[in-house]
Amino acid sequence: MNIDSIKNGIVIDHIQAKKGMEIYEVLELEKLDCSVAIITNAKSQKMGRKDIIKINKDIKLDLDILGYIDPNITINIIKNDERVEKFHVKLPEKIVNVIKCKNPRCITSVEQGLEQVFLLTDKDKKIYRCMYCETSKEEIENN
Amino acid sequence: MKNLIDIKELSINEIEDLIKVAKDIMQAPEKYSEKCKHKKLATLFFEPSTRTRLSFESAMMELGGNVLGFSSAQSSSTAKGESVSDTIRTVGCYCDIIAMRHPKEGAPLVATMKSTVPIINAGDGGHNHPTQTLTDLLTISCEKGRLENLTIGLCGDLKFGRTIHSLITAMVRYENIKFVLISPDELKIPEYIKEEVLEKNNIEYIETNDIEEYMDKLDILYMTRVQKERFFNEEDYIRLKDYYILDKNKLEKAKQDLCIMHPLPRVNEISTEVDDDPRACYFKQVRYGKYIRMALILKLLEIE
Repeated sequence: MNIDSIKNGIVIDHIQAKKGMEIYEVLELEKLDCSVAIITNAKSQKMGRKDIIKINKDIKLDLDILGYIDPNITINIIKNDERVEKFHVKLPEKIVNVIKCKNPRCITSVEQGLEQVFLLTDKDKKIYRCMYCETSKEEIENN
Repeated sequence: MKNLIDIKELSINEIEDLIKVAKDIMQAPEKYSEKCKHKKLATLFFEPSTRTRLSFESAMMELGGNVLGFSSAQSSSTAKGESVSDTIRTVGCYCDIIAMRHPKEGAPLVATMKSTVPIINAGDGGHNHPTQTLTDLLTISCEKGRLENLTIGLCGDLKFGRTIHSLITAMVRYENIKFVLISPDELKIPEYIKEEVLEKNNIEYIETNDIEEYMDKLDILYMTRVQKERFFNEEDYIRLKDYYILDKNKLEKAKQDLCIMHPLPRVNEISTEVDDDPRACYFKQVRYGKYIRMALILKLLEIE
């Protein structure tokens, strides 16, 4: 399968296989007026299978969201057909308006206009807790 | 310190300072009787809690200040649909400091984002109740003479009991603290407290459902009520509410200088026959609560 290389833009590489679409949606790439390619299940020496997203435009990415969804992602910045920058995303210390607190006893369930803020409390286990009620997503799902 | 929302915000030194001031107030209350003259405390209780509200109001009055506020959401603008943020912005125009209780977890933190005056969290749902923890620390400091080298038995509802979670969080910072966690299986301490607080700080702990098994080892026995409002199922509540009843017999093997604590209100978990035992400290604990709140109000208002 051939996908044109991009002249100026971004390649989001080493996405865990099958997560490409989630990232496409979270970054709202459907709103862009440039071409965007999602390659799923591409062969990868390191990962076996991976997803890749190519964006034919230099846009500002929300690296925090990417880091939260998949901290192993690599970002490549392309300018004039050349890769000028490559970096890894990392787990963000704080994520804003990415996930919603599902604790019915949390103030975010009733107070209008509050940002949904989650803070990283355990890096190894990737646990984020609501800044207001300190409940993690997992605790609510397990109860 | 601008506000007090969570006991974790306070350093050991800040806690020590508050305890020192509280002890000084206890020794010479007259020195403090006009410290808050012309200052006003607003007690905003969006859910009823007579004990905590009266403790705050009494603390402010003993400092020579005034008190205003409401004691249930029905008597506030919340009943008309007002947000926490708007209530706080409005009340901040009428007072110098706010003590707030709210059924929703995190509401006092939201209040601090909009408030022009210091906010004290007087309890937010099953989440935090830092002035209860300060009360407990002052009680332990006064009754045991130390906050280190203690074996602390925590008994009852260890799952939903926020005072228990906060007390553990506060005590793990002191040297040589051990816990005996006594609860029925259904009300055991949550895993995240074990992993993120106890094990992370290398704290020795034992879990048991037998209140007498380690009684002779305890320096402190902290009893809690099984709280009806935390249960979704009435049957579970009825089955568990009288699981532990501390009486004279159960105290037979206890140390002579054991300190028995309870955040109150009590239902059946401590028999009234224990009340006259010199080791029963729970009513003294109420008095300590007023003094530590006085110290906290002074600190937040930056009054020396």
